[in-house]
Amino acid sequence: MQYDRQNPAFYALLVALIFMAVGPIVLMFANSFKLDVDIISGSSGLLFLPTIQNYETALCDILWYEPDHLDFCALKFGGAFINSLIIALVSTVLTLVIGCMAAYALVRFRFMGRDTASLTTLLVRMVPPAVLLVPVFGLWNNEFCLDKDGLIGGYIRDTFGGRGDVCLAGTHSGIILIYVAMNLPFVIWILQSFIVQVPRSLEEAAKVDGAGPFQVFFQIVLPLIKPGLAAAAIFTFRIAWNEYLLASALSDRNTKTVPILIVNNTSEFNVEWGVIMATGMLLAIPPIIFTLFASRQIITGMTAGAVKG
Amino acid sequence: MYTARANRLTPYMFMAPAAVIMAIALLYPLGYMVWGSFRDWNPSQTIGEAEFVGLKNYITLFYDPAFRESLGVTLTFASVVVVAEMVIGVGLALLLDRNIRGMSVLRTLFILPMMIAPVVVGLMWRYMYHPTVGTFNRTLESLGLPKVDWLGDHALMSVIIADIWQWTPFIFILALAALQSLPRSALEAARIDGATAWQQIVHIKIPLMMPVLIVTALLRLIDAFKVLEVILVMTEGGPGLSTEILALRISRTATEFRELGVAAAMSNYLLMLLLILTVGMFAVTKLQEARAARLARQVQEDT
Repeated sequence: MQYDRQNPAFYALLVALIFMAVGPIVLMFANSFKLDVDIISGSSGLLFLPTIQNYETALCDILWYEPDHLDFCALKFGGAFINSLIIALVSTVLTLVIGCMAAYALVRFRFMGRDTASLTTLLVRMVPPAVLLVPVFGLWNNEFCLDKDGLIGGYIRDTFGGRGDVCLAGTHSGIILIYVAMNLPFVIWILQSFIVQVPRSLEEAAKVDGAGPFQVFFQIVLPLIKPGLAAAAIFTFRIAWNEYLLASALSDRNTKTVPILIVNNTSEFNVEWGVIMATGMLLAIPPIIFTLFASRQIITGMTAGAVKG
Repeated sequence: MYTARANRLTPYMFMAPAAVIMAIALLYPLGYMVWGSFRDWNPSQTIGEAEFVGLKNYITLFYDPAFRESLGVTLTFASVVVVAEMVIGVGLALLLDRNIRGMSVLRTLFILPMMIAPVVVGLMWRYMYHPTVGTFNRTLESLGLPKVDWLGDHALMSVIIADIWQWTPFIFILALAALQSLPRSALEAARIDGATAWQQIVHIKIPLMMPVLIVTALLRLIDAFKVLEVILVMTEGGPGLSTEILALRISRTATEFRELGVAAAMSNYLLMLLLILTVGMFAVTKLQEARAARLARQVQEDT
């Protein structure tokens, strides 16, 4: 492939753009390795002695050794990371499986209620998390409960302890349920545009050979839409991993996710910049890794989601 | 007989899990919210215990200056952000639509900002805007210029800049994809007819990209109403109410003022606003499909 030669000013513009796009991220990365003293005194630039002390402070509750500079482990980011991981991974897997099946049905079958289903999917896509805050808070705390005298509720209460009824609020499953629901419309939307491209003749050939509808779906269609699945997985993971508002309404002390801890620790007057930036960086690393390895899929998914719509 | 019925049931079996989850966790809550918005409801009550007050919440909000200001801030934020991002994003796409080495690396770097958690984006910008230790004021100081009170007097502008940083790449990538799928023949013809680069952009590229651009702008507009975490971390809605967008006000009404009924009514206003936008987007898409189909038919008839 031949590349065109460009004017030097053009390359200068490119460098400036890259600097603007990545600058803040690099700055935060650098700062997460500085002591607070260095951040505040303004020894700006790249000349400083890097330290991993901030990361040690952030993760003190899951480190196997005790960092020397800490007497007491106040910030429990380690546990929050584990919560975030569980919630993000489980909800991504569930959303993909369920969303994929629904998208397949919407594309390949004509059935009663198909148009309603696809219109509803489109409409709920615009619902902002803030709108869901009030009802989800009310429902998860009061309605979606198992009676403590009931069979299952009593069993859960005896096993895990606690008083009162067993409710969805404060559990991992409660947060996962709302994330799956929130992400489904988007995943269905994206995957539809990938499933349309699978040649129908392939499926018919499999059917002639005696495969049932589920076999056709899992063995023929799924392998062909892998790029779409990758894109959908990344978008779902990103939302579940990054979300703050609903998680903060639904989680209790033991199920807090990382974004909640970051917000709680910045709203105070005196911000510990080093530690908070180290945590921010840890929160940012998984999406950054995905972006670097799967940018092609992300871009395909993004254009499919918007342009095809 | 048996297989025929199984085949008829197949689509429902594929749809069932998604339908059940969306019904339980999206549609039911939305209905619950509408129901709750007619009640004087605080978090310690269940919805059944809350008193029914009719449209009172909606009327109170309508005359509430704080709500109106918040609505104004939201609309200003959304419109400024979308216009600025469209102009910059499309401009960059037109400028960078060239055959250069490393384009894919460039695109990868550009999507980084929108993949990172909004909470973290807020954190970065809050640091950079910090009055004394922040990057911007330090740079201004070392250049001998007066400091700017970024998150004080100019809070809304600062918040808008951060959002532009995060989301312009989205528009850029979609616009670039649209540009690269334009029919080569039209551009070729224009070049042969001696159109300047500028004429090509104004008369050929932009009109041909228009359908994609409209959808992109509407998608971004809908998303602009969802922004919350970035602003929460940067300013917490302040100073005063200057950056308190509706999403933030809803969450504060529910958690700080403990008025779930009012918060639900506010959510409903926001939802109606978004519904209008979404229906608009849907209509535009349908219109385009119809036009494309008509054009295709014409071409077929001509040949």
